[in-house]
Amino acid sequence: MTTDSAKTPAAGRMGYRFNLVGMLALAVILLWGLVAIFAHLLIPYPVGEIVDFDYFGPMSAQFWLGSDYLGRDMFSRIVMGARYTVGISVAAVAIACTTGVVLGMIAAVSGGWTDTLLSRFLDAMSSIPSKLFGLVVVAAVGSSIPVLIFTLSVIYIPGAYRFARALAVNINAMDFITVARTRGESVFYIIRSEILPNILGPVLADLGLRFVFIVLLLSGLSFLGLGVQPPYADWGALVRENIGGLPFGAPAVMFPSIAIASLTISVNLLIDNLPYKIRDRSSQ
Amino acid sequence: MNRRILSLVMSRLLIALITLVIVSFAVFFATMMLPGDTATILLGQAATPEAVAGLRTAMHLDEPAIIRFLRWFGGLVTGDLGTSYANDMPIADLIAGRFINTLKLAGVTALFSVPIALTLGITAAMMRGSLYDRVVTILTIGVISVPEFMVATSAVLLFAVYLKWLPALSLANEVHSITDLLRVYAMPVITLTFVVSAQMIRMTRAAVVETLNTPYVEMALLKGASRQRIVLKHALPNALGPIVNAVALSLSYLLGGVIIVETIFNYPGIAKLMVDAVATRDLPLIQSCAMIFCVGYLILITLADILAILSNPRLR
Repeated sequence: MTTDSAKTPAAGRMGYRFNLVGMLALAVILLWGLVAIFAHLLIPYPVGEIVDFDYFGPMSAQFWLGSDYLGRDMFSRIVMGARYTVGISVAAVAIACTTGVVLGMIAAVSGGWTDTLLSRFLDAMSSIPSKLFGLVVVAAVGSSIPVLIFTLSVIYIPGAYRFARALAVNINAMDFITVARTRGESVFYIIRSEILPNILGPVLADLGLRFVFIVLLLSGLSFLGLGVQPPYADWGALVRENIGGLPFGAPAVMFPSIAIASLTISVNLLIDNLPYKIRDRSSQ
Repeated sequence: MNRRILSLVMSRLLIALITLVIVSFAVFFATMMLPGDTATILLGQAATPEAVAGLRTAMHLDEPAIIRFLRWFGGLVTGDLGTSYANDMPIADLIAGRFINTLKLAGVTALFSVPIALTLGITAAMMRGSLYDRVVTILTIGVISVPEFMVATSAVLLFAVYLKWLPALSLANEVHSITDLLRVYAMPVITLTFVVSAQMIRMTRAAVVETLNTPYVEMALLKGASRQRIVLKHALPNALGPIVNAVALSLSYLLGGVIIVETIFNYPGIAKLMVDAVATRDLPLIQSCAMIFCVGYLILITLADILAILSNPRLR
């Protein structure tokens, strides 16, 4: 790696500082996080109440983002929707990545049959297209928030597993692991104290990417009417219920989509602009 | 050396078959989690216990799940997909026409997106770091990180609402002329092309960039070969495998995209059929549609792997 850093001195000087795009992206993500937490304090009108006489109203000083197909305030609905979109996605990505990464490290450290069986099974799982898996499960069990979180995390466990296993296999071949084994340390100790600290950076970056996939899939399912169910609505469900306003170009259709895009694009940009040291720590 | 390629390809095919069995197992048991008894649901609340018991025997519901799975899987292999719960028609009949519609949509999309994506991806990689490359990269990241329905709604807003070139909704059964055909397919194809091309451009660009970073390309540069010659003679033949792999993998994104696009544009394809079947909880129909999608996906990713093996010059 020394030759690389000699070629690109800028990467070395940057250290752990973020560049401007990364800062902006982080700001947007934090903003949505805060909006999700304090949603109930921010909404100007109750979410379920019909406040406008007109439906698909335009943007105005009274209704900042127009009104929806029943004349409800769109701004309040999007702010409340942030809770479902961000909350469900964060829960799902946490479960998916924790499970996937732990399984991946176990497979890499144990090797042998455990590794082969886990890898074969999870590879097979990942060859079911994600939207389809969501459709089938929701058709079978019906949609509720716990079912959604569970389904979304099951769908993204194989990806997290594969990623963590590939990194852990590299670390596993290093001398300090051999030393730890010779000392007689347990598998649990090796995973926690030797492997995890060495793969944490890339795993966190991967967690961000998976978060984007989960937000997109959740929105897609809600858009198909299989995600968050009325009277609650996440951003995908908001687009679905207002799709009738599309021929009039109503703001109620576009703003929930813009909210999703602002969140997902920000996460992607943040990861792309992460300091080199965090992102690719394993390769150093 | 040819034997080695053959054995690699065969082992890949074998893995695909094993995966297919595991996937069908997963699809079958995911739909078995349905709470409540199917016979009771079908006959309604007022059914007599005798009628329910009769239907249960007729539908083989009283057999253990593993036997029912084997029966269902055997039916799949021999082409007998069972009957739909909702309207008692053979599923094969329901699916046939819809399947062809979806294939048409996918085919037309592939026809457009593959040349567009390859041109943009390869040229962007050649002019790495230029303004053109940056614009292409930012646009593809933009399209990848928004949901498919946003691409679709934006296309409707642009082409149907502001420019008024196309109708907002398409109905494939009202086709009478070439212009009708164009109007029906335009919007779904535009949307899908955007979604699939973005993935393909990103992967193609990465593949070519990786090849351009290799020592033999540097060698060609040092010996004074022109830029065109480096790319066409040295880099592209070696990048071909990864590129073909990228194309096959990105085409698998069609499957996810098609579900959203058929729903939003009311296109009578197999994905729309499946989403409707979810609403009526028509399990045999959902299972069959899911299997068709999984098989399609599996074929594409297996094809991608096999092409990667075949085009690896080190194995020849």
